[in-house]
Amino acid sequence: MLLVGCIALLLGWTGIGLAGLLRPRSVVLAGRFLFPLGALLGFALAGLAAASLLGGGIERLIVPLGLPGLPAHLRLDPLSSVFLVLLGASSGGISLFAGGYFRAGEGAPPGLLCLQYHLFLASMGLVLIADDAYSFLVAWEVMALSSYFLVVTQHRMPEIRSAGFLYLLMAHVGAICLLLSFGVMQGGSWLFTFAAMRAAHLSPGWAAAAFLLALIGFGAKAGLVPLHVWLPEAHPAAPSPVSALMSGVMLKTAVYGMLRVGLDLLGPPVWWWGLAPLILGLLTIFYGVLFAAVQTDMKRLLAYSSVENIGIVFTGIGLTIVFAGSGMKAVAALALLATLYHCLNHAFMKSLLFLGTGSVLHATGERNLGRLGGLIHRMPWVAWLMLIGTLAIAGIPPLNGFVSEWLLLQSFLFADHLPHEFVNLLIPMGMALVALGAALAGYVMVKFYGVIFLGQPREASLAQAHDCGWLERVGLTWLALGCLALGLFPLQVIDALGAVTRQLIGAVVPQASPHWWLLAPVPGRPVSYGPLVFLTATLAVVLLTVFGVRLTYHQRVRRGPAWDCGFGAVTPRMQDTAEGFGQPIRHLFQSFFEIERELPAPADRAPRYRIAIRERIWRLAYEPISGAVERLANTAARLQQGRISIYLLYSFATLLVLLAVALLS
Amino acid sequence: MSALDWITQVLEMVVALAAAPALLGWVNQCRAWLQNRRAPSLWLPYRSLHKLFHKEAVIAENASPLFRIAPYVVFGAMVLAAGIIPSMGTRLPLVVSADAIALVGLLAAARMFMTLAAMDVGTAFGTLGARREMMVGFLAEPALLMVIFVASLVSSSTALPAITEHLASGHLGLSPGLAFSAVAFILVLLAENARIPVDNPATHLELTMIHEAMVLEYSARHLALMEWGAQLKLFNYVCIGFALFLPWGVATGHIGPVGLLVAIPALAVKLAAAGAGLALIETVSAKMRVMRIPEFLGTAFLFAVLGLLVHVLLGA
Amino acid sequence: MTPLPLYHQLLDACAALLLLLSFAMLSQRRVVTLVNLYAVQGAVLAAATLLLAWRTGEGHLYLSAALTLALKVAFLPWLLHRLIRRLEVYWDTEPLLNVSGTMIVGLVIVVFAFALAQPITRLTSTATRSAIGIAVSVVLLAFLMMITRRKAMSQVVGFLSMENGVFFGAMSASYGMPMVVELGVALDVLVAVLVMGVFFFQIRERFESLDLHHLESLKERE
Repeated sequence: MLLVGCIALLLGWTGIGLAGLLRPRSVVLAGRFLFPLGALLGFALAGLAAASLLGGGIERLIVPLGLPGLPAHLRLDPLSSVFLVLLGASSGGISLFAGGYFRAGEGAPPGLLCLQYHLFLASMGLVLIADDAYSFLVAWEVMALSSYFLVVTQHRMPEIRSAGFLYLLMAHVGAICLLLSFGVMQGGSWLFTFAAMRAAHLSPGWAAAAFLLALIGFGAKAGLVPLHVWLPEAHPAAPSPVSALMSGVMLKTAVYGMLRVGLDLLGPPVWWWGLAPLILGLLTIFYGVLFAAVQTDMKRLLAYSSVENIGIVFTGIGLTIVFAGSGMKAVAALALLATLYHCLNHAFMKSLLFLGTGSVLHATGERNLGRLGGLIHRMPWVAWLMLIGTLAIAGIPPLNGFVSEWLLLQSFLFADHLPHEFVNLLIPMGMALVALGAALAGYVMVKFYGVIFLGQPREASLAQAHDCGWLERVGLTWLALGCLALGLFPLQVIDALGAVTRQLIGAVVPQASPHWWLLAPVPGRPVSYGPLVFLTATLAVVLLTVFGVRLTYHQRVRRGPAWDCGFGAVTPRMQDTAEGFGQPIRHLFQSFFEIERELPAPADRAPRYRIAIRERIWRLAYEPISGAVERLANTAARLQQGRISIYLLYSFATLLVLLAVALLS
Repeated sequence: MSALDWITQVLEMVVALAAAPALLGWVNQCRAWLQNRRAPSLWLPYRSLHKLFHKEAVIAENASPLFRIAPYVVFGAMVLAAGIIPSMGTRLPLVVSADAIALVGLLAAARMFMTLAAMDVGTAFGTLGARREMMVGFLAEPALLMVIFVASLVSSSTALPAITEHLASGHLGLSPGLAFSAVAFILVLLAENARIPVDNPATHLELTMIHEAMVLEYSARHLALMEWGAQLKLFNYVCIGFALFLPWGVATGHIGPVGLLVAIPALAVKLAAAGAGLALIETVSAKMRVMRIPEFLGTAFLFAVLGLLVHVLLGA
Repeated sequence: MTPLPLYHQLLDACAALLLLLSFAMLSQRRVVTLVNLYAVQGAVLAAATLLLAWRTGEGHLYLSAALTLALKVAFLPWLLHRLIRRLEVYWDTEPLLNVSGTMIVGLVIVVFAFALAQPITRLTSTATRSAIGIAVSVVLLAFLMMITRRKAMSQVVGFLSMENGVFFGAMSASYGMPMVVELGVALDVLVAVLVMGVFFFQIRERFESLDLHHLESLKERE
């Protein structure tokens, strides 16, 4: 029944999208009515999926749609439910925000955006409940296309068009790999339902090949290094709600796919498969966060931070597979839990941050960090809600980012019992990279928040910045509350996720403590974390300090000009720019970046300092590949002569060859 | 949880609050003696705190509420951290809710608020300090985490009291991994508490500052809280060091009031020794150039990782 | 987990200290400190030898402990310090690879060394076999140090530290080499240092610097 409800809601989204076409130019219809309605459907979807998750059952449905002889198989099981909850709950907040965000005169008309947006949502939902390769790939492609159109909303700008092209290209490279992977997984039965794939017996070599292809395919969608190149281009190009949706939700569909293939369709995993996502994930964490630290465009910065978070998720997947393949089910469940938890967390915090940058962009028209600053005075709502997201993504307790990192580190700490000697040596390095990534994320987030919201405004025009509208506030508040709730009630979330670990691993993470507020996932080890107590204690100490100081002393305050060591006039240009704040990282990890500097001459009267940072990967991998493709295409182009008789000759020759082959065989 | 546990819990925080300025005073005294100067009084930090609390606070015109909240958060985080670290007893009710990873998170929270507050007024020195502090932090924080993890692997727990009890129980003996992490920890301690060779706490040259540059805009009670917070931070780090490497004297288990009575003098002796050691290190080393700091901390981080590796390799 | 016997723990601790000192040398720019670290490494080595001698009761180990103490803790450091004073090389110039980079490479080398030592460890039956990996690491790390430094002085210390690793490896794999070999090696080291000392003066006289990149100019130009 729940599955039918979900399908109805997905159809509802499609319907809303089509309704947008009734009056495509009307902002009121799309913004004030359709987007909030879509948000309601999102919340309903989250509710239904949560009910299914708590029930823990599996529902199947065969809908006679699609190819003849291949009806669409749909299935709602705990794994899809988790991701449906993620989709519904975070898209609800994003849709509310989007209702207030989209305006007329910005690229595509609102009605059309509404259609693309809701098709995007519905296709993501379908990806999650598809139970055969055909409907999965159809939904996957609809998802890619609808999001492509959303990315190129402002298609008049050439750089946005090229960002969209890159995105589409990478999406299709990934899709080809997925197609091949499913082709391998059907194992000779030529039945493309997931049930058949579960039943198929693959030889170890083929199974590994299927896993690897899936890793490439889903990795390209998720933004795993080195397939991440589209992310920092596409996210800044898209309107903010779309960036939020892509980063917060769409990347997670790839994670869903990886989990589905790696832990479900391919049967019990082999432990060394896990090394690939583990190592790539660790690399991605480090790479993503380093590049995030040197960005000057706020949305690019967030895009790289998404790359980092995807790295954390894939590290978790890798650990899960290594553990599960080594027969350590309880720990595998813990690692899987960390993975899923981080997906949920990232959906909320990254959506919150992307939407916040949208508000800033609307209020100031600036994406460049070097022209922002001091917005906490002009935009208090956005600033304070964003502070929650910033602290959460930096992994500060008791917010949600910390919980998943805590779980991941705990599962790392178990790895010294692994029966594989060489992996044992890699584990400490993995742990170190995760910890380093988390600390660097703090660096990135201080830069992000400090440069946008704190300090003095770097441009005079920022004085006209205005806070966001009420729909946007509701959307942001919802996501911020999500961050808080996920941080404060981990036990309840983990209980709900138990159905997934039972389904995929066959074990649940036990609760070793009798208290409902205490997270103690490791029986036999005194390891626990109680965010509520933590928060209460922090608040209590802080409030006691405040009152203690007030009661014992006075509370006189005088406002004066900034002191700044008595250096006199403090101008906004004295503050660190984004480039300046990232300088230590740039300096330390020089070899990672391709840096292009323009230094002013000493005697320059109006000195300009410019620095551009590119990824080496373009020069090392992508440009040679694209060059090779171009050369190949040029070679093939010689066939093109323009004379019709030559083309006829080609056809004639082909025909002859085919006939000859038929004759010989 | 008996009443005594709660008493220990509150006592730890109160002792930390009371003793932290004295620890700093002691370090300064030792330093002065070692450098053949006349030492300031041990009570000087208390007097300056008292003086600061009485002054009228001056706040920059464009400071946001964040600027005023930050000192309380920083101070509160440090007090809470003092309650999590088993400096005297290991039966601490709060620790159940916050293990060592949460402790590192708490310290990171304090750092974030401090750096954000430093960026809030938008002065050159504030952002400079914030940037440098984050530069120190992004290496020191994982290094500290790795140091703790070595001990965690040795004692299969991330809760500090469990680690302390395990290490103090003595049947473990020497763990080779811990040797590495001890070296790493000392480096982290120096860096995190703005000591020479990373930062000079007594500097008057703005361009070389880290910690001082961040609190330049603060005055009166806000500055007092920031300073007291910094003193608590030093106290906390020293106590983390005791918990991991010198766990003797801490009241483990349900020993009762006697254990506590032993623990307090033991702590005092250890603090005095650590303070003298710190002063010695500061006296014999020279301040580094700022861009050498990552190298210094990178060494700390790698030592901690090596500690983990050696622990795994030598087969616990 | 049953606790290991005390002497074994002490030996493990010595092994860890040796590795620690190797890394400390890797991260050190000052030549004087480098020599001091080398002396400490020698002392730890002597302690480990002594411990093993006491444990196994093999007389020749006492002798080699004494030899280590005399040669590596006292004589060679004294000689090197004198050289440093005479030649006035207190600092190495910027190493070829920065310190953090070197340390990361070192980390990888340690993992590699342990993987390498795994088969040897399985073959031997001595109580100290877990330390073989460390011995191999010490050798390779010393090598790494020699590669990344520019000054001849640091390279000599690297060379000596390498010998420490070899010595420790032999000790932990088979309770030391035969006495004759050991004496021979000790003599070799001594002679090598003396020869290099003479060599330094020659280099300096020729180039007025001990920076080894001057030697590159000895190459024939085409």
